[in-house]
Amino acid sequence: MAQALLEALNLEVHYGGISAVKGISFVVEQGEMVCLIGANGAGKTSTLKALARMLPCRGEIHYGAERIDALPSHALISRGLALVPEGRGVFARLSVAENLAMGAYHRTSDRAGTADIGKDMDRIYGLLPRLAERREQLAGTLSGGEQQMLAIGRALMGRPKLLLLDEPSMGLAPIVVQKVFEVIRSVAADGVTILLVEQNARLALETCARGYVMESGKITLADSAAALLADPRVRAAYLGE
Amino acid sequence: MDIFLQQIVNGLTLGSIYALVALGYTMVYGILGLINFAHGEVVMVGAMVALMVMKALAASGLPAPIIFLIALFAAAIACMALGFTIERIAYRPLRNAPRLAPLITAIGVSIVLQQMAMIIWGRSYHSVPQLLPSENHEFFGAQITELQVIILIVAALTMAGLMLLVNRTRLGRAMRATAENPAIAGLMGVDANRIIAMTFLIGSALGALAGVLVSANYGIAHHHMGFILGLKAFTAAVLGGIGNLGGAMVGGVLLGLIEALGAGYIGDLTGGILGSHYQDVFAFFVLIVVLVFRPSGLMGEKVSERA
Repeated sequence: MAQALLEALNLEVHYGGISAVKGISFVVEQGEMVCLIGANGAGKTSTLKALARMLPCRGEIHYGAERIDALPSHALISRGLALVPEGRGVFARLSVAENLAMGAYHRTSDRAGTADIGKDMDRIYGLLPRLAERREQLAGTLSGGEQQMLAIGRALMGRPKLLLLDEPSMGLAPIVVQKVFEVIRSVAADGVTILLVEQNARLALETCARGYVMESGKITLADSAAALLADPRVRAAYLGE
Repeated sequence: MDIFLQQIVNGLTLGSIYALVALGYTMVYGILGLINFAHGEVVMVGAMVALMVMKALAASGLPAPIIFLIALFAAAIACMALGFTIERIAYRPLRNAPRLAPLITAIGVSIVLQQMAMIIWGRSYHSVPQLLPSENHEFFGAQITELQVIILIVAALTMAGLMLLVNRTRLGRAMRATAENPAIAGLMGVDANRIIAMTFLIGSALGALAGVLVSANYGIAHHHMGFILGLKAFTAAVLGGIGNLGGAMVGGVLLGLIEALGAGYIGDLTGGILGSHYQDVFAFFVLIVVLVFRPSGLMGEKVSERA
């Protein structure tokens, strides 16, 4: 039995009087690829933001042996937890190389970390050759797909153990989405645990081993990806059948 | 004597001081979207602290330039402590408040500092001892003092150093990332509070330097010198495009030149009705023109509505 890397217990997120996430519990095990699917407004992004400590929340978040729900956002990356935010969130006025360097910010506080960064950057450029061509370009001038690649590359520069991905396919052409997901699969193959939030349910379930279905702030279904793909409720609601 | 060249020299000197102060406004604005109206007072405190140290060391027998450097160092430390404290008590608690709230506390802090300075140092004008060489030199028909040359060089070197810091170092990169998106920078492990504190420390140190230089240039310091200097530097920052470091430098120098040339020629242009004591009018005329015709400034990007 694999070990739980991330566990949320009765997680709640409120915006003023409106509750976006209504007490959900789920587990992501070490080395797993898990997705959280659901319609617009189901509370998926709020869940990820709460996990990344960008939103105040109630309930418990366990990461490894630690409880992280009281930690500030900036304390997470050094523990190996990275989020690729919705809408990519690249620093538009920084160059591609500077964006990647920001990803390794927490590692540059000590000398040992600094030495490896050039190597990691080369690895990212190898994985994402389009970025290598554009390393001196401002990130704001990249296409949407390139920005998504950069956002993922930037997160990888932090050497995460757990990567939270928020709608990496959003606003991208199908062929670009395929490429983005190829990269995500190769990251997972390197042993990084992944929690993926997607509106594109079919793609998410075909990529991941397990899935949770979210509806109006609650988890309504939890099963293996294959079982969810076969589930008539999922097929009717999310796969357009 | 060539008035034009003379006023260019004076304008550049004054402008480089405006630029140093403007950088303090623009750095804080770039990261917090806040106009730190107390910054002018920080500059004043720098000048007054330096003056106190100069007076205390006057009888010590140390060489004058050494006394000046010690005074400058003391002013920088005092201003950094002051800037740090202002951010901590007047701005940080209001980080998520509507933008008008920290603007009001900024003005409040400014008034408190000015009044405290008046209580501590009195309401009179203090003459600042001339510790740096101030020999006059003839330069293509204009007079340039050694002090002016020193001010120009020190300001230029300081600004070059700041540009290197912001564009080439890990701290500078984190500052730019935080300015663009603090939440995302947080995901990279950047503690926004630390970056903001660093911004105030650096801006205040620049303010201290400006305060010491301006009081040396004019030979006087007083408790309300920060008010008008702060407003002019703010004008310079807006002229260059607030939030933009290069803009603050260009805006500062331009404003200095506009003022100096305006003061030099206003008498001739108005047939002697208005004299050079109308110098201050030019800065605010520039502010109005910029706000009407190019609110984002010379080098600024389009800024969304912020109170």
